[in-house]
Parts: sequence; structure tokens; C-alpha cells
Amino acid sequence: MKLPALLPLFCAALALPAMASGDELGPERRAELETLLYQDCGSCHGMTLRGGLGPALPRDRMQGFSPEALAHIIQHGIPGSAMPGWKALLSDAEARWLADHLRTDNRLETLAD
Amino acid sequence: MPLPRPLKPLAAIGALALLLTGQVLAEAPGLNGELRGTGDLGVVIERASGSVALVDTTRREVLRHIEGFGDLSHASVKFTRDARYAFVFGRDGGLTKLDLLTGEIAERILQGGNSIGGAISQDGRFVAVGNYEPGGVKVFDTETMELVIDVPATYQRPDGSTAQAKVVGVVDVPGNVFVFSLFEAGEIWTLDMSRDEPELTKHRDVGSMPYDALITPNGRYYIAGLFGEDGMALLDLWHPENGVQRILPDYGQNDYGQGEQRLPVYKMPHLEGWAMAGNRAFFPAVGRSEVLVADTRDWSLTNRIAVHGQPIFVMSRPDERQVWVTFAHPLNDKVQVIDTQTLEVIATLEPGDSILHKEFTPRGEHIWISARDSNQVVVYDTRTFEELARLPAESPSGIFFTHRAHQIGL
Repeated sequence: MKLPALLPLFCAALALPAMASGDELGPERRAELETLLYQDCGSCHGMTLRGGLGPALPRDRMQGFSPEALAHIIQHGIPGSAMPGWKALLSDAEARWLADHLRTDNRLETLAD
Repeated sequence: MPLPRPLKPLAAIGALALLLTGQVLAEAPGLNGELRGTGDLGVVIERASGSVALVDTTRREVLRHIEGFGDLSHASVKFTRDARYAFVFGRDGGLTKLDLLTGEIAERILQGGNSIGGAISQDGRFVAVGNYEPGGVKVFDTETMELVIDVPATYQRPDGSTAQAKVVGVVDVPGNVFVFSLFEAGEIWTLDMSRDEPELTKHRDVGSMPYDALITPNGRYYIAGLFGEDGMALLDLWHPENGVQRILPDYGQNDYGQGEQRLPVYKMPHLEGWAMAGNRAFFPAVGRSEVLVADTRDWSLTNRIAVHGQPIFVMSRPDERQVWVTFAHPLNDKVQVIDTQTLEVIATLEPGDSILHKEFTPRGEHIWISARDSNQVVVYDTRTFEELARLPAESPSGIFFTHRAHQIGL
């Protein structure tokens, strides 16, 4: 029987969802998310995040939201507005990474920049 | 006949000069004081670097990359009546006048906080800019770039307070009139610039959240796409007294009733690339992977064409035999071609990563397509679908050729 050899793998798989957070994303995926944020979210929020059809997303404004709230908006959108939910394209961990990025090191610190 | 002797050296010098300029032209045509036309020039927006690529569509070359246009994350271009200058509308409210012959910025002003595009009037005198922040339209003199009139898009909210709406879909129509839509207000306004005192006319309750608009090639119909509801708002400019009419009001409803959901819209469709062929008009469906076909005689929905993703630009080749379609994220890796007689998809091309915009050469023999994340503009033969060239550009988005100067609404 080869089962015992597979057990550790199985356990590791079980543990994965609990570990899911932005930190676990590889550098390649993080780079893709950054492109997504500035280029594709940028279609509405502006490539420099200074706003367009959607509002501006400067760091100081993003800090007014909890990371959980931002991740929720990214995943589920804002009903009645043009903001779509990105759940079909992003995992919870990826949305959380974007939320953290918006709050801590996004390229636009404040609108006054 | 032999030349009289004294002239021979002069002729030789002339030939030498011609040879020299020929060599210079090979490097940068038109930018060294040589005579040339602008009819085969164009501008490609390089959105990440705030620059543009000046291109030559005959030679299929980038002549020069020009910097200093500010934030071009959503930019569009209009050409002056003589096609000498391009007006570039930047996201940051920048209005920049580019001299296509010298390849240099002639003038640049910051006219607003956040802008979306604009139009040049039929007589070429005025350039109108549509602004998100502060919401409204500002009209400038195309020569002096001085402000002619400021039109705030003021509207009343349901609670009675007033606000300024974001302006979308600014076009020019015959009679020196600008037409535009108010996103939050659901209104379409016309601004008549043919009078000493410009005259504003408002059409209210045209539908929920107009996101962009187009004008038919003859300048008769202004059609605004609606994001907040299925359907579009149509203004017949030959009969503005009839008001705004809703068309295609239920293109999604039959299917929604059977449990089909409108897809999330990751990028707003653009309507400016108006696609018309005979009595057919082709539109991108919002939230659906379909191109809608309407009969322009009564604007009824006649066909839905299933396509690769949610369409963004649906543009007809100038001869109307084909319609070319680009798609929203995340299926923006392909371009599809629809035959306008059979309504079938006859080609699917993969020019590169993140396809954004496309532009036909004036008579439609070639198409230029921007592949943003491949940093390339790809040129195809529209008859054989053969790839003809790949040109370098920094995150290219919008592509605009000078023949737009002579088309209504472009």
C-alpha cells in the first residue's frame, strides 16, 4: 500500500485554506495582480488611481476601510454601481492582497500628490 | 535636349540634395522640415508612460515617441480640420495640441481635474472636452486654446440637491452642435455653437447611467449606451423635437427570466467605433458575450451573435463587409471578425496580450491593433488576415488616424 506516503500531502492540502493570505502568493502572481490593479481596475479608477468612472483610490482614503471590507468590495462589487464583483477571477487571498496593497503601498499616497 | 552648359553643375547639386534628403527621410519623414502630407499619419496612445507614438500608416512605422502628455490612462484624440494637429485628451484634464509635422507639442493646458474625451466642431473652430471632475463640458478655441464657454453638467438629485454629473460620449454633429450625456443624471444635452450665444438643450430621463455614446456616420442619430438598464437611448437629430427614444429595451430580459445572470462588466464597452453595414447596426451587449444586431429602419433587435467574450469595441471596416470585435478583461486575448452578410465569425486572431483598441486605415485594407501588455501594435491585412508588422509601443491603448478629421462625430 502506498497510502501512508500520500498522507502527509493530504494533510498539507487540508491545511491550505487556513493559510490562505496574500503572503502566500508567489512573486509572479503578485506582479500579475499589480498589473491588473493599475491597468484593468485602472480602466475605471484611473491608471494612477486618481479616479475616472469609479472613485479615486489613494492610500489615505483606502485606510478608512478595513482590509476585510475592501476585499469584500473587490470580490462582490457594489450593487447599483458600475463596480463589478471580481470573485470569478480572484481568490479570497488575491482580493486580500489587493486590499492590503491599496492600504499600505499603493502608488498614490494622497490625492494632493 | 542637352542642358545649356552653365546649368549642369546646378542640376547635379540638385540631384545630390535630393539624394541627401532621401536618406534623412528614411529616418524620420516629415520631421525635418521636408514637405509631406498628414493624411497617412496617426497617433497611438502609450498609456503607462504618458507618451504617444506618431505613426505613418503607409510605411507602417513609428516615426517618433513623444512624451509630456500627463496621465493618459484613458485618453482619446481628435484631429483639426486640416489634419495638422492632434488634440489629445488626458485623464488628468490635460488638453494637449500635438503638431504632427514637427512631432512636437504645440500647446498644453490643464483644463479640468479628470476628463474622458472630446470633440471638434464641424467648422473646426471649437474643441469641446467632456469632464468627470468637475462634471461638465468646456469648449476652447482650437487655435488659441482659450476658453469659449464652460457648461457645468448640473442636475437635480432625487432628494432635491444639485450635483455635477460626469459627462460621457461627447461628439460633434452637423450644424456646429456638440452632443453629450450625463452619467449620474441620465440626461442628453446638445450645445449649439452656431450662434453668438451658444444654446443648450436638455433631454431628461433618457435612461439609467449612459456610459458612452456614438453618432451614426451621417450625423443623424446619437445613441447612448445605458449601463443601469438594458437598452440604449436614441436621439434623432433631424427631429430633436421628438425627444429621446429607448431602443433595444429588452435585449437581456428573455434570458434573465430563465436564470441567466448578467455577467460582471470588467470594462465598459466603447460605442464610438460605430459599426454599421447596410440596414444593420452592430452593438456590444453590456454584460453578455454577444454582439447585438439591430435593423436601423426601426431599431428592432434582429440577431445576437455569440462571440468570444464581452465586446468592447465593435467596429466596421470602412467598406462595411466586416465587423471587428475586441473584448473585455479577462478574455481580451483575441480579436474576432464577423462577416456582415452571413453574421458569422469568420476569423479569430491572437495579436498579443491585453488587446485594447484598433483602427482601420482610411480605406480599410489594414487594421492596427494595440496589444497593451505585449507593448506592441500589430498590423494585419484585413482581407487575408496576414500579419504585416509589429511595432514597438509602451502599453499602447487608443489608435487614431488622421482621416477621422473628416468624419462626422470622430
